Amino acid sequence: MTISMEYRGVQKISGPLIFVEGVTNVGYNELVEVRGEEGGLRRGRVLEINRGIAAVEVFEGTTGLSTTGTSVKFQGKPLMVPLSTEMLGRVFNGLGEPADGGPTPFTEDYRDVNGLPMNPYARDYPTQFIQTGVSAIDGMDTLVRGQKLPIFSGSGLPHNLIATQVARQATIVGEEVSFAVVFVAMGIKHDEAAFFRRSFEESGALKNSALFLNLADDPPVERLVTPRSALTLAEYLAFEQDMHVLVILTDMTNYAEALREISAAREEVPSRKGYPGYLYSDFASIYERAGRIRGRKGSITQMPVLTMPNDDITHPIPDLTGYITEGQLVVDRDLHRRGIYPPINILPSLSRLMKDGIGKGKTREDHGPVASQLYSAYSRAQDLRALSTIIGEEGLTDKDRAYLRFGESFEQRFLNQRYDENRSLETTLDMAWSELSLLPESELTRIPDRFVKAYYKRA
Amino acid sequence: MTIQGRIIKISGPVIQAEGASGLEMHELAMVGEEELIGEVVRVEGDLATVQVYEDTVGLKPGEKVEGSGMPLAVELGPGLLQGIFDGIQRPLTVIREITGDYVKRGVKTAALSKEKKWHFVPTKKKGETVSGGAVIGRIQETPIFEHRILVPPNRSGVLEFVAKEGDYTIEDVIAMVSHEGTTHDLRMYHRWPVREPRPYVERLEPSEPLITGQRIIDMFFPVAKGGAVTIPGGFGTGKTITSHQLAAWSDSEIILYIGCGERGNEMTEVLLTFPEWKDPKSGRPLMERTVLIANTSNMPVAAREASIYTGVTIAEYFRDMGYNVAVMADSTSRWAEALREISGRLEEMPAEEGYPSYLASRIGEFYERAGRVRTLGGSYGSVSLIGAVSPGGGDFSEPVTVHTKRFVRAFWALDTTLASMRHYPAINWLTSYSEYTDYVEKWWNDHTEGRWRELRLRALDILKREDELKEVIRLIGPEALPESEKLLMETARLLREGFLQQNAYDPIDTYSSPEKQFKLLTTMLSFHNIASKAVSKGVTAAKIASLQSVTDMAKLRMSIPNDKASEIDLFLEKVSSDIDQLVEGKS
Ligand SMILES: Nc1ncnc2c1ncn2[C@@H]1O[C@H](COP(=O)(O)OP(=O)(O)O)[C@@H](O)[C@H]1O
Ligand SMILES: [Mg+2]
Repeated sequence: MTISMEYRGVQKISGPLIFVEGVTNVGYNELVEVRGEEGGLRRGRVLEINRGIAAVEVFEGTTGLSTTGTSVKFQGKPLMVPLSTEMLGRVFNGLGEPADGGPTPFTEDYRDVNGLPMNPYARDYPTQFIQTGVSAIDGMDTLVRGQKLPIFSGSGLPHNLIATQVARQATIVGEEVSFAVVFVAMGIKHDEAAFFRRSFEESGALKNSALFLNLADDPPVERLVTPRSALTLAEYLAFEQDMHVLVILTDMTNYAEALREISAAREEVPSRKGYPGYLYSDFASIYERAGRIRGRKGSITQMPVLTMPNDDITHPIPDLTGYITEGQLVVDRDLHRRGIYPPINILPSLSRLMKDGIGKGKTREDHGPVASQLYSAYSRAQDLRALSTIIGEEGLTDKDRAYLRFGESFEQRFLNQRYDENRSLETTLDMAWSELSLLPESELTRIPDRFVKAYYKRA
Repeated sequence: MTIQGRIIKISGPVIQAEGASGLEMHELAMVGEEELIGEVVRVEGDLATVQVYEDTVGLKPGEKVEGSGMPLAVELGPGLLQGIFDGIQRPLTVIREITGDYVKRGVKTAALSKEKKWHFVPTKKKGETVSGGAVIGRIQETPIFEHRILVPPNRSGVLEFVAKEGDYTIEDVIAMVSHEGTTHDLRMYHRWPVREPRPYVERLEPSEPLITGQRIIDMFFPVAKGGAVTIPGGFGTGKTITSHQLAAWSDSEIILYIGCGERGNEMTEVLLTFPEWKDPKSGRPLMERTVLIANTSNMPVAAREASIYTGVTIAEYFRDMGYNVAVMADSTSRWAEALREISGRLEEMPAEEGYPSYLASRIGEFYERAGRVRTLGGSYGSVSLIGAVSPGGGDFSEPVTVHTKRFVRAFWALDTTLASMRHYPAINWLTSYSEYTDYVEKWWNDHTEGRWRELRLRALDILKREDELKEVIRLIGPEALPESEKLLMETARLLREGFLQQNAYDPIDTYSSPEKQFKLLTTMLSFHNIASKAVSKGVTAAKIASLQSVTDMAKLRMSIPNDKASEIDLFLEKVSSDIDQLVEGKS
């Protein structure tokens, strides 16, 4: 039996933190129960212990707590979540408790939400191509099973549409199994959450999904726990129950802001833009929970979504994310304004694991060189587009004009597709060749001759 | 006597203990009832502050903190190669056997196997006098690597005993040395503190290039054996792939790859590909000369700080056997951030961007461990350091990039724009530099008909002219350029696409022998001379550029394997005769 000691010595309350004095036998990062005068139960965890004073972050916030009327109980263990396959088809709050009025799922296992670092020696390298049916992704920045590939977006851009289209269409060609979806909302609006829910419902994915919701009006500090509870379930489903799990985390910007709030309350020395120096490691403790393990069947594929403040990709949130994730899909305001969906700007986008998921026997043998040539040509077209607005098209060479036509067509036909359009990889690559065929053959320097012979101007 | 204190403060990876007077700076300490491994980073009266190399969740005030009387050290001996270790040299393979697929804390395991037997061949005899660093025997550790057994740097004297040839574990005594009346047992391994550079006789100037097989590096921004280089770049610009390429192809005898605070999958990739890739010289798997250190971004942050030192100390050990060793540290920024985090927890006064004021001196000390030396044993060895830097927001004016620049002599600036065009390696040829060119010129001249300097300067000049002309084009458009300048633009493009770009995933292109590099560059520059003459006779640059043989020239890097490099000459003849035909058509 664990005896949990009750304390009344709250010395100070600062932002989401309370400081409890005179504590003994309290462990770092331990779970805490906090009760205010009104009697409602809140929870929190120990962030620091210094000479008998424990700093506790309260997930539900400190509004209404006082130094005199608050009692605190230390639980002697970190925050744990109950786990079971029955959690699929259900909705939970940010701490992982049922929030759909249904019964508590039958518990099969019980685990610390913080997880443990996967041994790099135990990892298996992700190599299986996931067809999303979206040309910009499949053709240019291919997703593979076990990858972490975020969407870098901006407010008002259609990242939710892209994420749900991917969740709905993602398949492994030639395999029957579909993905189980773990959806994690952090500080997003009610209508956004409703959109996701409806879209899972319509596609029939809901029964195979678990939704963890911390919405915009839910306590911000709770957001620090939400992705961890959800990923603990994802790990259980993937590595104990052999499932392929797709985890959508939205919006990591709200998560990072909650972390900044705690850091400010602790009066820590900030690094860039007021974010704590450990934002990188903290993000890593979430993103690195994607992957595969040798000898186990399941996998965790992550698609985090974040909105870049002021569309600035150098902001610490996208920047540190990009340093950890295996690429990024960058949603572009200009393409969106011009009516192109999905408005994914391929130039700053990247899939680091693409090379291992494509090519002969996986997608098609010309896939890599074709993508590389498209990047190079589109980048040239963009430069020429800027140039032609200054000097006019007349000042360009014939070859340059071919590039301009290519750029236009690439956006309008290759990138652009319907929200419900599910293109096969063959279609995507054939379309790619018809774009490349707008260029003179001598421009295709990145493609081996045998592919040029087989596909150029053949479509 | 062991010193024991009690924890009074826990803040992330940093704890403070009271009643701990007597603990020394940088002493290894055991923290808590689980005896987590830590290192003393501050002592003050009877208070000691310890950075803990393992997760501190659940640790409680009042738990004990015990000194070990020893500094943090690594085990140096046979069994290092082909291994993957964590930041404090625990083998991740053994950790997996003990704790499964996830790394749990509190694992106590030796770095090197104490059971495995090695075939020892003595090279010294009883009665001989030896000093620190002398080779007393050897072991064929892998088919391509002879491990030389060294007298530890701090031992010397007369050999009282030398084991005869045979199979021994590293715990077996293989020699005894006596000095001033005391006799010491020597084993096939010894320990050395990671924060203390290993001694040598003298430092030497660099003289040979570290051939990397990467064209832009070897030809334009070379690094010497024993040199120090940095690879700064925003995310996705190619730091890791460049580091992998150097680990795979550089002509070092030993590779130390330190994955410092980066992705788990990148270590997995090395573990999967290196046993399959073959060393271009010996044809043996690359793994047989490689040691991996992994503290991935989700592993404890304090061990990240240590991982760099663990790696470089092992590198110095191999150097001391007389080998050329190359160390890749990806990324030193994560190490600097670990320093920052610990410093913040120690409530030190921060300097720029929250980094401690001693950041620059720590970076300096690290890169100073690079160098070519005459070893204590009298041979020559080198440690080359290649450190990736991950500047926040890709901004090279941030503290880690700025301070690193002061201590390295080559700078391979990775460029986000080039990366977004998929121009790889995205090393910017206008902003990168190397101060090693003068040192390595002689080697190249001996291997390339004495034309290395001339060729590279000529090519760099064309690329620089291209950049200037781009400015002009922005004002007047490409059509308004004179034909000679249009040709220069075409040649520059050829150099970019056919020489500077190098696809790490193309089986032929991934490694270019010095001969192939030289021939490619000669061919392209000769093309420029021939084409210039044709242009002066009225042939347009566009006509020349659309010749099939010119397009093919841009693909030679992928189509001609290293052992057929001489075929590149035939190509020049073809291009030359095609251009002649154009000239004839004119007259
Ligand atoms: N030499 C190269 N050849 C081919 N692709 C490359 C090369 N260098 C980089 N890349 C591509 O760029 C991506 C990012 O490179 P990486 O080294 O992981 O970047 P960083 O470490 O700077 O974030 C890789 O996944 C790969 O697709
Ligand atoms: Mg990297």
